[in-house]
Amino acid sequence: MADVAAPPYRVIPIIPALKPGAMEGVKPFIAGDKINTAIGFPGELVADWHDKAIAKMGELLAKYRSLKVYMDACVHCGACADKCHYFIGTQDPKNMPVARQDLMRSVYRRYFTLPGKLFPKLVGARDLTREVLDEWYSYFHQCSECRRCSVFCPYGIDTAEVTMAAREILDAVGYGQKYSNEIIGKVHRIGNNLGLPGPALRDTLEGLEEDVKDATGIDVRFPIDVKGADVLLITPSADFFAEPHIDSLVGYAKVFHATGTSWTLSSMASEAGNFGMFIGNYEQLRSIALRIREVALELGVKRIVVGECGHAWRVAYSFWNTLTGVGDGAEAGDHFAQLLQKQLDHRYKQPTHICEFTWDAIERGLLRFDKSKNDRHIITFHDSCNVARGSRMGDFAGGQFEIPRNIIKAVANNFYEMSPETTREQTFCCGGGGGLLTDDLIDLRVKGALPRMEVLQQVVDEHGVNFMATICAICKAQFTKVLPIYGFDRRLVGGVHQLVSNAIILGDN
Amino acid sequence: MVMASTLFAMVFYLASLFLVVGLLYRIATYAGTPAPLKIPTTPAPTTQAGVVLRMAREVVFFESLFKANLWIWSMGWLFHASLALVLARHLRYFSEPIWGWVVLLQPFGKYAGLTMLAGLLGLWVRRLFVERIRYISTPSDHLMLVLLLAITLSGLTMTFVTHTDVVAVKNFFIGWLRLSSAPLPTDFVLYVHLLGVAVLMTIFPISKLLHAPGVFFSPSRNQTDNPREKRHIAAWASDLEK
Repeated sequence: MADVAAPPYRVIPIIPALKPGAMEGVKPFIAGDKINTAIGFPGELVADWHDKAIAKMGELLAKYRSLKVYMDACVHCGACADKCHYFIGTQDPKNMPVARQDLMRSVYRRYFTLPGKLFPKLVGARDLTREVLDEWYSYFHQCSECRRCSVFCPYGIDTAEVTMAAREILDAVGYGQKYSNEIIGKVHRIGNNLGLPGPALRDTLEGLEEDVKDATGIDVRFPIDVKGADVLLITPSADFFAEPHIDSLVGYAKVFHATGTSWTLSSMASEAGNFGMFIGNYEQLRSIALRIREVALELGVKRIVVGECGHAWRVAYSFWNTLTGVGDGAEAGDHFAQLLQKQLDHRYKQPTHICEFTWDAIERGLLRFDKSKNDRHIITFHDSCNVARGSRMGDFAGGQFEIPRNIIKAVANNFYEMSPETTREQTFCCGGGGGLLTDDLIDLRVKGALPRMEVLQQVVDEHGVNFMATICAICKAQFTKVLPIYGFDRRLVGGVHQLVSNAIILGDN
Repeated sequence: MVMASTLFAMVFYLASLFLVVGLLYRIATYAGTPAPLKIPTTPAPTTQAGVVLRMAREVVFFESLFKANLWIWSMGWLFHASLALVLARHLRYFSEPIWGWVVLLQPFGKYAGLTMLAGLLGLWVRRLFVERIRYISTPSDHLMLVLLLAITLSGLTMTFVTHTDVVAVKNFFIGWLRLSSAPLPTDFVLYVHLLGVAVLMTIFPISKLLHAPGVFFSPSRNQTDNPREKRHIAAWASDLEK
């Protein structure tokens, strides 16, 4: 940790020169036998990995139109080349989105296209050797699947889809990543990514009730496993104990309290995060998401609300209906989805983001705030990549940008935007998303945060910003770690509902 | 001369066959491959009509590329728009009488050849001299530009320098369309032009030129942002529920 240094800010943020090999061999710990077999992957690199990998690639090309089209469509125009935060921070050319895709595309061309079979050199095709496989492991774990490149690609090629496919192939041959696969094991075994067992969770929640009572004099409840509650809150497990995450959890509870909402958490589904997406494995993605369906059915809730978590909201918003039926509009004969959709209350969007919930309550005049309580904060907002480019809030395209900002402006007086090339759909990943939030990749994480830190520095210098609000557990954890390395206070990052919590007026309702 | 004409007629039948069958096969593959998850790059249109508009902006104006880089956008757009005009102008060699709108386009189509050349050169300069673009370029990327330049330059030469017998060329292609043979003028520049086009048609379905059909099948661009309102599920994924 001690020897990790922040790269210097670019004097003028121009496109950096290439430093080939700068991040060569940088890679996260490899998953061991126990971790892999627990979630159904081969324990270690299998002997016939070459044939297995090519077969898996063929399977994925037939299952995912995205992969098939993206392998063919790239023209090497270079539109994406300077758009990745890991490229900007590391200058390694293989961290350019197109070059990262080409690590796989070169193999695709060799085994699945006529020119690649006939003239490999001409079209940049290559055999899948052990070196290539190692290179995949290294560079497909230097992508946070943030989709920034896909905004700029004239064909919408999304490197996240390629990275997911690559990780899926690596897992299929027993060459998976320790961090993600271990967490997936935990969520199945214990119910959340952090491995927080039910009793510990209940203790924490009781403690929180006392804390809030001490601070406000109001009995704000943090209910768990309550049958018949209206709202089931699914939130990232970091919200239960990590700083600053927990302050947002208090914020959600206060909003539920102030709106008189009957709500509950669940010990079995005490995790919104879904690392199945990070490793590109549909079965894992699905089985992790199914816990929420099961709990919703068991508790009989009418509404599912999701806490501040970026990739979790992408999974919830974009995939839950597909994976679990949490949503609307299933066909009449679709018994699997209908079973749940009949139970849910469709006056509300299913699932609902906590920001949608809070903003709706504000618009309906159900909440009152003392904005001056946030006056010590000069606030900016960091759009989290998965929320920005993989989901939506509200009824209109771009609601995911407006609603959190609207909430901030409703609860606080001082708000400043960061540079527009780095917010909304063009936001930079925090540097720790996509299954990379692990200390064995700290060097990459620090470098990947560079473009965000540069523009944060601007608003700090110009407006004295001292609070960067965000709605993602990974962003919060990553920034907490990385901010001090760039010379900022670690408490500069926090949640939107942390600000809500500060300003909300409870009682007399 | 007869021999060359017959040879070119054969080459173009084969190239056309390859182009049409190859493209149809690719399109069928894209269309037949499921998209199991909703992955539009958001903010995305919430209605089908909105998706049509998004795709139209993408295909006609290269909207995403415009956001990315003005150099690639301007050169790329110039090339593609010019190419469209040039292709439209070439319809006069395949129709009798010539359609009115093709006649109207004639002067524009003629000079579009020059702007097409400018676009291609601009793109190649970028590929040759911008470090990161050179890094990602394969030999085939350069050769593709060489091929397009050969077609463009030979075409421009015939338009502006050494005029070929276009009436005879037209007779050849009208005959070709009707499966009967007419002589092609003996003209080296014309041969280069036609051969280049035949090569381009042949490699279209097996090269990066697939970006043309590909863009329409890109899930990040062609999906409606309505996952909460409508359940989206692929057949193979739905089998997991049984």
